[in-house]
Amino acid sequence: MDILSGMLNGFQVALTAQNLMMCVVGVVLGTVIGVLPGLGPPATIAMLLPLTMKLDPTGAMIMLAGIYYGAKYGGSTTSILLNVPGESSSVVTCIDGYQMARKGRAGAALGMAAISSFIAGTFGVVALMLVAPPLAKMSLAFSAPEYFALMVLGLAMVVLLSGESLVKALLAMLVGLWIASMGTDLFSATSRFTFDRVELLGGIDFIIVAIGVFAVGEVLGSLEPSKPADMLPVPKGFRNLLPTWEDMKKCRFAFVNGSLVGFLIGILPGAGSTIASFMSYGIEKAVSKHPEEFGHGAIEGVAAPEGANNAETGGALVPLLTLGIPGSGTTAILLAALVLWGFKPGPLFIQDSPQLFWGLVASMYIGNVLLLILNLPLVAVFAQLLKLPAYMMYPLILGVSIVGVYTSSNSMFQLGLLCGFGLLGYLMRKLDYPTAPLVLGLVLGDSMERALRQSLMMSAGDISILFRPIPSVLLGIAALLLAVPLFKRFNSVRVQVVDREA
Amino acid sequence: MGPRSRSGDLWSGLALAGLGAYILFAARRWDYMTEEGPGAGFFPMWYGGVMLVLSLVLVAGAVVKPGRHAQVAWKDVSRALVAWVAFVACIALMPVFGFVISFALLAAFIVKVMCAEKLRTAILVAVIGSAGFYALFEWALDLSLPKGMLF
Repeated sequence: MDILSGMLNGFQVALTAQNLMMCVVGVVLGTVIGVLPGLGPPATIAMLLPLTMKLDPTGAMIMLAGIYYGAKYGGSTTSILLNVPGESSSVVTCIDGYQMARKGRAGAALGMAAISSFIAGTFGVVALMLVAPPLAKMSLAFSAPEYFALMVLGLAMVVLLSGESLVKALLAMLVGLWIASMGTDLFSATSRFTFDRVELLGGIDFIIVAIGVFAVGEVLGSLEPSKPADMLPVPKGFRNLLPTWEDMKKCRFAFVNGSLVGFLIGILPGAGSTIASFMSYGIEKAVSKHPEEFGHGAIEGVAAPEGANNAETGGALVPLLTLGIPGSGTTAILLAALVLWGFKPGPLFIQDSPQLFWGLVASMYIGNVLLLILNLPLVAVFAQLLKLPAYMMYPLILGVSIVGVYTSSNSMFQLGLLCGFGLLGYLMRKLDYPTAPLVLGLVLGDSMERALRQSLMMSAGDISILFRPIPSVLLGIAALLLAVPLFKRFNSVRVQVVDREA
Repeated sequence: MGPRSRSGDLWSGLALAGLGAYILFAARRWDYMTEEGPGAGFFPMWYGGVMLVLSLVLVAGAVVKPGRHAQVAWKDVSRALVAWVAFVACIALMPVFGFVISFALLAAFIVKVMCAEKLRTAILVAVIGSAGFYALFEWALDLSLPKGMLF
């Protein structure tokens, strides 16, 4: 199936009444959680995933993806009006967005954030559509050693960029690998780390860990005392939300910059939308004729990062769908969702599940248009959500977490595990252990062990199979990445990037 | 309490070293290598060993330079721990009271005690929240909520 016929097929799938409704629900939910500080896409997707098990997988995936990219649109609203980012990817928007709002240009900042998000988000989807099929074909040549090396590289990048302490990030990943190896070993039927509990023979469901670490852990952390911020008003009237023609001309390069940087950074595992937005902001400032305006309300300082964090979505879906390698906590949950529905993300995914792949891509075009419509005239309505008292949110999140885990397993034992992982998630945040490596270790652990053991079976235990050209290059890069902290100069750059993310 | 005993890195490092040692100990009981290739103990043996080494590095760092590492503000933690205990209690009560009543109790506790709102607000959130969950999941989505002996 070529790209054109794939897209036609995709629009037929995405434009059915049911899938269109799922797309609307996803992007609205995404915008809502993007606006609400504290509740992020990983927690929301993890909580809702068990509830989507009865739905058609294509529709459910369209909705979950809508939450993922919709949150990035919504995240800018709080950055501009409150100086508090709704999502970590909108941190950099605070710098110039809030200054614009203080100068009475909140409308132009909100409007530019939505327009730039739309342009770059659409670019990201176009690039995903063009890059994913050839990459999938290329990766058909991969076998177990190449996959093992690719997963090691993916984990190394996530570990490198996940926390200030590389040791803690590695330890978090190793705990993820440990949880992944609980249950019955598929090669030898040996029970591992089951503590004589029948419930653990099948391993620990990824959903329980994700909901515990992200949702319950997040609520526990939010219950610590914090000072509420003052919100600037949203300008009334649609016209006041539109940037001027002069603003649009000023942001021409920012649109291109945000789109390209966002997509390219998105493809790299671990880098993520926060780093993409900071990089595009840095580039924009560096090439600007008026760099002194940055930090004081430069509209390009809103357009570039907002564009980058939306283009990143398309990039992040490339390795997820074509190689089965997620690059962040959220894409790891999306991978788990695909696997739970019986799909196999990887080189054959587009070929085996064209309805889902092209339907998802087409829905992202539609979703971006919907988000532009939602975020321009309705931004004042979404801003009202910030007045929602926190005491209503906490029980709601905990309740959905309980129901999510229970409906996926009908077991009280699994709810007990949820308590444990909730505490683990909170303690990890408190003690500065990054959560993304744990989740990725858990998602990739099983496949990684399988690929390693298959490789060594192929070679009758000879480790030199991992030094074939492609695996040796990938493992070499992974080793270099993990050696970065040994070099002061490179490590200071890494720490700066991580600090910005934090 | 000295800085060393308050160090989060020290305690978490020790806990992870214990976990690494346990993984190594458990993996010893399984085949490391078989005629077909690596056995069930192969992968855990490696990551368990790496975990033990890295956690000891963390502990050593916390002991040598105690001030540089994460310190835990126990006052802040206690609030979160109280909420966690309430969450655990809610789940423990479910086999008896079911989801609807246990969740209502949890919601009321969070609103009244953790968020210091009025009792009337707490009751309102608890009742509307429980009824909302029941209506949405049991009726609209046809998904079963945890049932107890009483409800």
